[in-house]
Amino acid sequence: MNNVQKQKRANKSLPFFFKEEFKVSFIIIFVSIILLITTFTFDIVPPILNRGIQPATFPKALLVLIISLTVIIYYLSIKKPWKKEKKLPKEFYITLLSFILFILISKILDFFLAISCLSIIVSHYWGEKRIFYLLLISLFFPLIVFIFFETILGLRFPPGIITNIYYN
Amino acid sequence: MENLSLMMAPLFSSKLLLVLFFGTLFGLILGVLPGLGPTTGGALILPFTMTLDPLSAIVLLTAIYCAGTYGGAITAILINTPGTPAAAATCLDGYPLAQKGEAGRALGMATVSSTVGGIFSVIVLVFFAPMLAKLAYEFGQPEYFALAIFGLTMLASIGDGSPIKNLIAGAFGILISTIGKDFMTSIDRFTYGINELSVGIGFIPVVVGLFAISEMLTQSTLLDKVFKRVALKAVRLPSLKDYKLTWKTILRSSGIGSFIGVLPAEGGTVASLIGYSEAKRWSKKPEEFGKGSIEGIAGAEAANNAATGGAMVPTLALGIPGSATTAVILTGLIIHGVRPGPDLFKEQPEFLYGIFGSMLIANILFFIFGFFGAKIFARITLVPNKILWPMIFAISVCGTYSLSQSIIDVWIMLFFGVIGFFMRRYGFSVVPVIIGLILGELVEGTLRQSLVIFEGNWLMFLTRPIALTFFVLSVIALLFPLFKKKQNKIKI
Repeated sequence: MNNVQKQKRANKSLPFFFKEEFKVSFIIIFVSIILLITTFTFDIVPPILNRGIQPATFPKALLVLIISLTVIIYYLSIKKPWKKEKKLPKEFYITLLSFILFILISKILDFFLAISCLSIIVSHYWGEKRIFYLLLISLFFPLIVFIFFETILGLRFPPGIITNIYYN
Repeated sequence: MENLSLMMAPLFSSKLLLVLFFGTLFGLILGVLPGLGPTTGGALILPFTMTLDPLSAIVLLTAIYCAGTYGGAITAILINTPGTPAAAATCLDGYPLAQKGEAGRALGMATVSSTVGGIFSVIVLVFFAPMLAKLAYEFGQPEYFALAIFGLTMLASIGDGSPIKNLIAGAFGILISTIGKDFMTSIDRFTYGINELSVGIGFIPVVVGLFAISEMLTQSTLLDKVFKRVALKAVRLPSLKDYKLTWKTILRSSGIGSFIGVLPAEGGTVASLIGYSEAKRWSKKPEEFGKGSIEGIAGAEAANNAATGGAMVPTLALGIPGSATTAVILTGLIIHGVRPGPDLFKEQPEFLYGIFGSMLIANILFFIFGFFGAKIFARITLVPNKILWPMIFAISVCGTYSLSQSIIDVWIMLFFGVIGFFMRRYGFSVVPVIIGLILGELVEGTLRQSLVIFEGNWLMFLTRPIALTFFVLSVIALLFPLFKKKQNKIKI
């Protein structure tokens, strides 16, 4: 039994809406349709200012192309199912959550603090337990990067509880 | 003769030599580290180039490009993991040969063939870029539109992965370029009332997100992977017997790589695979391929480094990137106020030939670094991911923020990181997104200007011979995967 047949057999037991091919195609088409609807809200330019085509025409054409091609890949996936991907491990979700945490901390508290928090969380959950290395990557390294960007590139980081102390 | 002296100018500039030295060193480190590479590295270093003059900035980026492409071979041979996607074919024979206790010989061949391929491609660049630029003088808006369409369809035909998925990714990239104020009418598109989006989405947040952040997420799924490193005593120059066996392969792959590089697609990755399969096809001992064939290493490595110079041809002559890394270099040119295209050849020859000369020197420098320092560079792979990636995250965040000092850019970077991860997981290459993003404005702008010239008559495109040629080539490029599928694939 070749791999394609094996894959087909494995996928047969699942209803179509649980299959990855369907989920991916559905998400692409769903998002594209929402964006397509958005293009109808774009302002229409009077003919005298119009440069060739309306500003909405080009994105509309692209979205129709994306939807059409996605339908084709879904149709092809029925004949030849995609390779089944391994389940995502805990560390992936932790890394993803740390991104959300980074956004929240950088918005509410401090940019530098957000980098430090993400570094320590990611490093710890990826397996680093030694305090020295955790401090190295969460405090020492971001500090070097911060000072480097600040002094060499003359960059001013957004205000925050720690950054304000530095700038004051 | 005058051009030759312009090419040699970097040799007499201590500043440029220093930039080349660090660029090559940095490129090698990036190439050695799996998951990084010249594209991500170039995008990360781009903000730093703002402190340099335009020539030094582009020299730095091109040195990273050349050395990074070679650096991938070190990891491919020693730990069976390509440092860059372009070194994937090198693993096939490099690692088996290293396992036989000939890691030094494998690395020596990779170093020599990469250098020859790289130098060959610079010669191609020196001769063909000005010729293409001269031809581009004949191009008007319709021709540029047709050319950009050809570039995008090439992704489907020779890009890595599924042709339809590549086209979807390319269209997605162009769609991203439409976000913000329409550059012709100032009408807001997909801005949803967010002021920061009205200037559009920057190239750097998207590139860093799609390459560095998505790779960080990918690495989080591979933490249980154990790398087995083969011991390396020293890099050995190939023997006379090896040279006799491989010189034809090296030259053939150099030609293939340069040609593939010129085509707007995935540059080195595709070039190395074709270079490798051609080496196998022409070999007297094809049965040795996959078991440690020295010809296999030479074929793959000469081709991927030859693609570097090739990819610079359309980038400099037409402003159309030949690969993802040249898209970063193109962004570097634009940021520094240099507009690539035929006028650049006429107005700033010293700038262009300075780049050509620097690429030549970079190829020689990575030969020296690779030959004497491969053992040290190989040790870099020992830095554990749990330490390396949080550091890369810090640099990515600060680098992305620094270009326009906008926190929104950092969020966009993270957003595209997540998108990039899922794209790669489900077989969509992220490279077409980058090419689409950089070509988006050109495609739309030239289309609309052409329609103004043609007074809205689309059929007028067919009356322009050059544009028509590109359209025909685009159709062929789209149909090519169908023909390719029917052919018996050369198993590699």
